[in-house]
Amino acid sequence: MSTRVKGRPEFYTAYAQDMAFLNTRPKQWGVLALIVVAALMPMMVADDLLKILGTGLVLAIGAIGLNLLTGFAGQVSLGHAFFVAVGAYTAAWLAGDPDGRTMGMGITFMPVWILGAGVVAAVAGAIVAPLAVRLRGLYLAVVTLALVIIGGFVFKEWKGLTGGAEQGRDAPVPQIFGADLTVDGAYTQEQKLYWLFLVVLIIAAIFARNIARSKIGRAFSAVRDRDVAAGVMGVELTKYKLIAFVLSSFYAGVCGSLLYVANGYFRPESFGGGEGLLLSVKFIAMILIGGVATVSGSIMGAVLIALLPRISSELPSFLPFISSSALDHPNVFEVEASMYGVLIIAFLLFEPRGLFGIWHRVRTYWKSFPFSY
Amino acid sequence: MTEMLSAVSAGLGQGSIYALLALGFVIIYKAMGVISFAQPALMMAGALLVSYWSPELGFWPAVILGGLAIAAVALVVERLAIRPMVGKAVFVIAIITIGVDIIVRQITGAFVGTDPRSIGDPWGLERWNVGGVVIQQRHAAAFVAAAVIVALVAAFFRYTSIGLAMRAAALDQEAAMAQGVSVGVVFAVSWAMAGFLAAIAGVFAAAGNSIDQNLWVVGLAALPVIILGGLDSLLGAVVGGLVIGVVEELARNYHSDLFPGIATNTGALAPYVVMLLVLLVRPYVLFGTKEVERV
Repeated sequence: MSTRVKGRPEFYTAYAQDMAFLNTRPKQWGVLALIVVAALMPMMVADDLLKILGTGLVLAIGAIGLNLLTGFAGQVSLGHAFFVAVGAYTAAWLAGDPDGRTMGMGITFMPVWILGAGVVAAVAGAIVAPLAVRLRGLYLAVVTLALVIIGGFVFKEWKGLTGGAEQGRDAPVPQIFGADLTVDGAYTQEQKLYWLFLVVLIIAAIFARNIARSKIGRAFSAVRDRDVAAGVMGVELTKYKLIAFVLSSFYAGVCGSLLYVANGYFRPESFGGGEGLLLSVKFIAMILIGGVATVSGSIMGAVLIALLPRISSELPSFLPFISSSALDHPNVFEVEASMYGVLIIAFLLFEPRGLFGIWHRVRTYWKSFPFSY
Repeated sequence: MTEMLSAVSAGLGQGSIYALLALGFVIIYKAMGVISFAQPALMMAGALLVSYWSPELGFWPAVILGGLAIAAVALVVERLAIRPMVGKAVFVIAIITIGVDIIVRQITGAFVGTDPRSIGDPWGLERWNVGGVVIQQRHAAAFVAAAVIVALVAAFFRYTSIGLAMRAAALDQEAAMAQGVSVGVVFAVSWAMAGFLAAIAGVFAAAGNSIDQNLWVVGLAALPVIILGGLDSLLGAVVGGLVIGVVEELARNYHSDLFPGIATNTGALAPYVVMLLVLLVRPYVLFGTKEVERV
């Protein structure tokens, strides 16, 4: 029997209450308020900043995916950029113009190519998963790194699909029920895309949160904490590592399908070699900065990482020795790239639980105010 | 046949570079159980320092100084970023080394600039022709240097007391501490050695070539080497490095015969493909210690 006691929000009488989606009243109101603020953001913020925030929302989908795999299930992957690429190319192929320079199926209905991208990336994840079952920890990290290198090579060479090196191909055009979201109308392109990304992100986040608090999520945690022990307790390692890879790749695929929609164009170099590795590292930075094994943390981290270029482009006005020209040193681009490294190291050294950890401390402080614990 | 032997000689040269890098990885791994992803950046930084110093000091003094300077950088990195994390999950430390890699690479890249820099090595693209087999001098030099350094490293572990301490700490950290081994010193020496080896590898990777923003990608290819050779085997690092180097050069040489339709050379891909193929057959390959699993 489950009853709530008035005035005792943390007193649970049933397990289901403890595991509830939003287990306290303030959380329910808080999340609602956050969603309302996020939805009203396009009315308050200039379009150029909105575009960056929109990219942050898309990256957050991918970050949630990586967090399911690395944060919840403990499988370190440096290959996230590869699955993002698979999603991006699947979406572009499904939605592409059949008579164009690059391959296309001409399926313009948006939900089809978003889900298609997720599914194809998930299949790619399922193919990689058996390797992960055999390998652990850093071995897995290096093998998934190989995925980025080999994938980058294939994308560069497969000119029919990707348009080839330095040329690239068009991203899918987001059309739903005949309305093209990239055409300015009553609302601008940035506003409409932002809302699209927000809706997809909310669906993805709710889904991920539900996975995390289900049987699958508990199995993931067991595998992460000690996979041999989990196996002894009856958690099927092969099955759950496979599920982790498939889910994470699905999220990466959805992220990839939307990532280049705002720019309308992408090149295969973004996914291979140094750039591809940097993309993977960015995703790792997102979940470490945001908070490992939290969905809300992934979103915070992704938005922060997306804002980083903007933040560093503002730096020259505060720090005059940093140049905004790419020809001088140190310039904002170098500062921006180094910031990923600095943030990763700083957060791991001083706040291992990330932004979520900071929020957690603030919350605990005010919850028990005026007592310090 | 002579063409193949030429490719093999180039492969041994390239493999020597990988072997030096892989030795650094393995030394750090044996000391603290972590893969240091900072090695590629340290390698590039080493080559860069030598390119600045060799016109003034001469090539060889610049190489030694560059190696020592990178060893010092590695020491600082170890002390500031790695030491506070000892005892945390290895994944976390590995990610920190990725952060270090990004920072070092950005700083190095700023000094490389857009113009490719030359390292001022005495070999350039000079070559010997032995009965039709073309041997590039820089490859021979890399091979000899790697052989000497590997012998020195082996002697260091075998005959010095700190080498003994490092072997003891690698075998069982707590037992070593109980015997009075300072694990902190072991960590510091491992990082310094790895930094020195990375710098030397960088010198040979840049010899007869130029230093540009992408030199560190060579360092990445040492990762398949250590996976192939086993993370904790010095012998595996050397043998794995040479094998991967030879396979890579053979693939590069015969690329146009094997894959006429593919424009980009598959040589750079070979290390990763070899690694994946071998891993499919048996994990913890060649010389690595098979992990004993306990709950």
